[in-house]
Amino acid sequence: MPWGEFKNIAAERRLFQRRTLVMLIFVMLLTGALIARLYQLQVVEHEIYTTLSDKNRVQVQSVPPPRGLVYDRNRVLLAENRPVFSVTLVPERITDMSATLARLQTILSISNEDLERFQRRLEERRRPFQELPLRYDLNEDEIARLAVLRHELPGVEVQAELVRYYPHSEFTAHALGFVGRINQSELQRIDPVNYAGTNYIGKSGVERFYEQMLHGKVGYQHVETNARGRTLRVLERQNPVPGENIQLHLDLRLQKLAYKLLDGRRGAIVAIEPATGGILALASVPGFDANQFVTGISVEDYRELSESRDKPLFNRALRGQYPPGSTLKPMLAIAALDSGATTRNRRIWDPGYFQFNSSGRRYRDWKRSGHGWVDLNLAMAQSCDVYFYEIAVDMGVDTIHHYLSRFGFGEDAALDVAGALSGLLPSKEWKQGARQEPWYPGDTVNLGIGQGFMLATPLQLATATALIADRGYWVEPRLLKSVDGNNDLTSFLPEQNHAPLTLKNPDDWEFVVEAMADVMHGARGTARASGANASYRMAGKTGTAQVFSLAEDEEYNEEEVKERLRDHAMFVGFAPVDNPQIAVSVIVENGGGGSSTAAPVARALFDAWLLEFGEGGGDREGSAAADIANVESPR
Amino acid sequence: MVNRDILHGTDSSSLGNPRGFWATVHLDPILLVLLLILMGGGLFVLYSGADRNIDVVKAQGIRLGIAFVVMVVLAQLDPAVFRRWAPLFYTLGLVALLAVLLVGVGAKGAQRWLAVPGLPRFQPSEYMKLVVPMMAAWYLSRHYLPPRLRHLAVGMAIVLVPMAMIVKQPDLGTSLLVGMAGIFVVFFAGISWKLIATFFALVSVSAPVMWMYGMRDYQKQRVLTMLDPQSDPLGAGWNIIQSKTAIGSGGYDGKGWLHGTQSHLEFLPESHTDFIVAVLAEEFGFVGMLVLLTVYFLIILRCLHIAVSAQDSFSRLLAGALTMTFFIYIFVNIGMVSGMLPVVGVPLPLVSYGGTSGVTLMAAFGVLMSIHTHRRMICS
Repeated sequence: MPWGEFKNIAAERRLFQRRTLVMLIFVMLLTGALIARLYQLQVVEHEIYTTLSDKNRVQVQSVPPPRGLVYDRNRVLLAENRPVFSVTLVPERITDMSATLARLQTILSISNEDLERFQRRLEERRRPFQELPLRYDLNEDEIARLAVLRHELPGVEVQAELVRYYPHSEFTAHALGFVGRINQSELQRIDPVNYAGTNYIGKSGVERFYEQMLHGKVGYQHVETNARGRTLRVLERQNPVPGENIQLHLDLRLQKLAYKLLDGRRGAIVAIEPATGGILALASVPGFDANQFVTGISVEDYRELSESRDKPLFNRALRGQYPPGSTLKPMLAIAALDSGATTRNRRIWDPGYFQFNSSGRRYRDWKRSGHGWVDLNLAMAQSCDVYFYEIAVDMGVDTIHHYLSRFGFGEDAALDVAGALSGLLPSKEWKQGARQEPWYPGDTVNLGIGQGFMLATPLQLATATALIADRGYWVEPRLLKSVDGNNDLTSFLPEQNHAPLTLKNPDDWEFVVEAMADVMHGARGTARASGANASYRMAGKTGTAQVFSLAEDEEYNEEEVKERLRDHAMFVGFAPVDNPQIAVSVIVENGGGGSSTAAPVARALFDAWLLEFGEGGGDREGSAAADIANVESPR
Repeated sequence: MVNRDILHGTDSSSLGNPRGFWATVHLDPILLVLLLILMGGGLFVLYSGADRNIDVVKAQGIRLGIAFVVMVVLAQLDPAVFRRWAPLFYTLGLVALLAVLLVGVGAKGAQRWLAVPGLPRFQPSEYMKLVVPMMAAWYLSRHYLPPRLRHLAVGMAIVLVPMAMIVKQPDLGTSLLVGMAGIFVVFFAGISWKLIATFFALVSVSAPVMWMYGMRDYQKQRVLTMLDPQSDPLGAGWNIIQSKTAIGSGGYDGKGWLHGTQSHLEFLPESHTDFIVAVLAEEFGFVGMLVLLTVYFLIILRCLHIAVSAQDSFSRLLAGALTMTFFIYIFVNIGMVSGMLPVVGVPLPLVSYGGTSGVTLMAAFGVLMSIHTHRRMICS
């Protein structure tokens, strides 16, 4: 059929026109549907989608506050922050994790530990697009290489963070403590909001005790990110509040000297400024480098430290519990005088031993031949044991416990020293509870020379000594001297809770102090060698604590066992006698005699403090010397 | 009877006819202006959608230029040419589709391209969008209208064969568009409402069967995702969630040109191709969308006018079908981007960045202009 013939052209046209009209209506209806849909999305639900759109692009990031700095009393920096560069990975942006890790290993040195830690954290729950650190503390070379190869490694980034740094490493580790990565249990107790973005927390010492102050308050920034999570710009920022800078009573020079004096040995030194209770030195030897712990110590290094027989991680000054031995005698003397168990003039015959009755057990004096007739002064100066056996029995354990507890034994009397132990101040009740045995009179005899059950930490001994130096006036030992230059510390320090130890006859203090001075300066004083040729008068008491047994896990090595069976050498004292500026306790483990080993250490500390450092004249803060110290401080 | 030579238009300008110039160049000024507005505005949106990549805009400009030339060339041909050669064009198209299935070039797991040496890459399915309605119109206009059942059956076969071949590629979107073009011809030809009703009844009955046996998993997934984008927010639903977010956050008057965050921060994928309307909606808001839809509506209105004014059944059927295909593009694209329809790869006509579709569309407008400017005076 040829085109166009026999057709009703007009009818076809009308048909088409009708159909076109239908189509026009169809078009208008569907267009109307589109417009309705757009109206719904853009006008009715506009708010919802604006929120979604902003949620897409705007992310809130927390900005960790810089940690407060820690200064010593001369404003020498003890703890600062330095930028540390680490390489982080964002798993969401990495298509082939194992290939990326393999590539990174050719660029950086990555230990198996780093890898293991990374894999562990990869499996833990985390926020999407959160960076996971792979290795910390990159060196300049590694940063440069990463920067060059950056385009090859999407999702791999170098990040800088401020990390704690202790410029005096091992000298301050035990006194300051250190920070480390926040662990699971710490996550439970910290405020998750304030610690968002913070990776480190005080683990011990000052860093732990003043964590809240040092940490500061977290800041925020709203950033615009693209779909891949890359930050494009900062929209809004609320700066963090930096942690407060604090100043300690600690004197780095004295602290270093303490380490030097004990170098090569094991022991502890605590020095306190009696007037303020400020801890001038808190040394536990051997020390360790706390910086290792900040960015994460390797398993190997940690094993070496923790398994060392010298126990460098053990804070002897706070946690070492030793029988105080004869260093307890000044406190016992105060107790005996005040309780009336003895008088200044009472003389006792010392045949070289003490017996309850003629058939009883003999308690030996350190001097086999005995001291003969001794009064209290001589008993102190010569450290006569029999005199103290005698007066201990006369006092009885209850009285002794009462007085010794007033000296701070058996408790953690320090205000702001984290982790200090309380030692052991025995009593009848304690023995019944702990040993299920009654208190025997012989226990009292042993207690009379600071042996037996009695245990005290070097910090406690220094505290008790400072109390004598202060003639009974209590100032609890403390580390914090000021916060950002503000000396009113009432809101920062815990409350002081020790009443002064007032004696019936306050003059008894002077009597005991003089007896202690005779230890140093008297013709028969046990530490007269250490007190000789001093331009000031000092007071002290030597001690020797018996080491009863080896720890179970210690291997047998004849020479070493011999060395480790030797007595601990101890010394407590203060100087000058009339205006005490410094009170110390010194313990040298297995050091032998207190007079020969510990007393010279104390003398060196006294000399340094009173003569060399020029601290004898009082508080020198703000003086020219302090300014010089500040300038001289490293970094 | 009027002298055909005069009416043929070559020298009609010499008669001082006010439409003389446009009749000489065989272009429709109204449609031309509307298309230029659309393409010009589209390039602006593209600049933003492509994240200020001027190269993309240049490339698109060149493509539109080529498409424009194609339109002008086709407008010069007499509609009789299309009618005469329709069966040949159609046969060639089927051969090309067969070639695609046998030796086609793949992209994203589908074979859609034919790489003929010496020619630009060529997508035969695009070509069929033009040729299938042409062939259907050719066949149906040879018989009485409305068509009888057997003519209808042949007409449907003309549509269904290439459709099936395109589905095989697989390219559901294009296949549907080709099918729509053919079906519109059938509709304009006057298929009875009873049959239309039967057809829809059949479709709704066969839909579950299609779902069970006819559709591929990814196609089902698209439908499911459209119904509930949140079910797969990071996978298939991502595009829809992000484009709805872009549109909705645009609000009444938009965030301003180049200030859409969804596209510029890369949350909106394909922001310069199939999802470009989301960019426009985000940056120009509801108002911008109304303007766009108005331009499109005016184009369709003008094209329907051309169809109605056409002088023979072939021209009418072809013009009507091409117009409606153009509208289906718009509706499916915007419906898809705004989450009303499943995601099928349909570009926004003359705005989306992309090669062949622009050329096809402009070719269709060329055919429409040809139909309009080659009318014989006797009927006007």
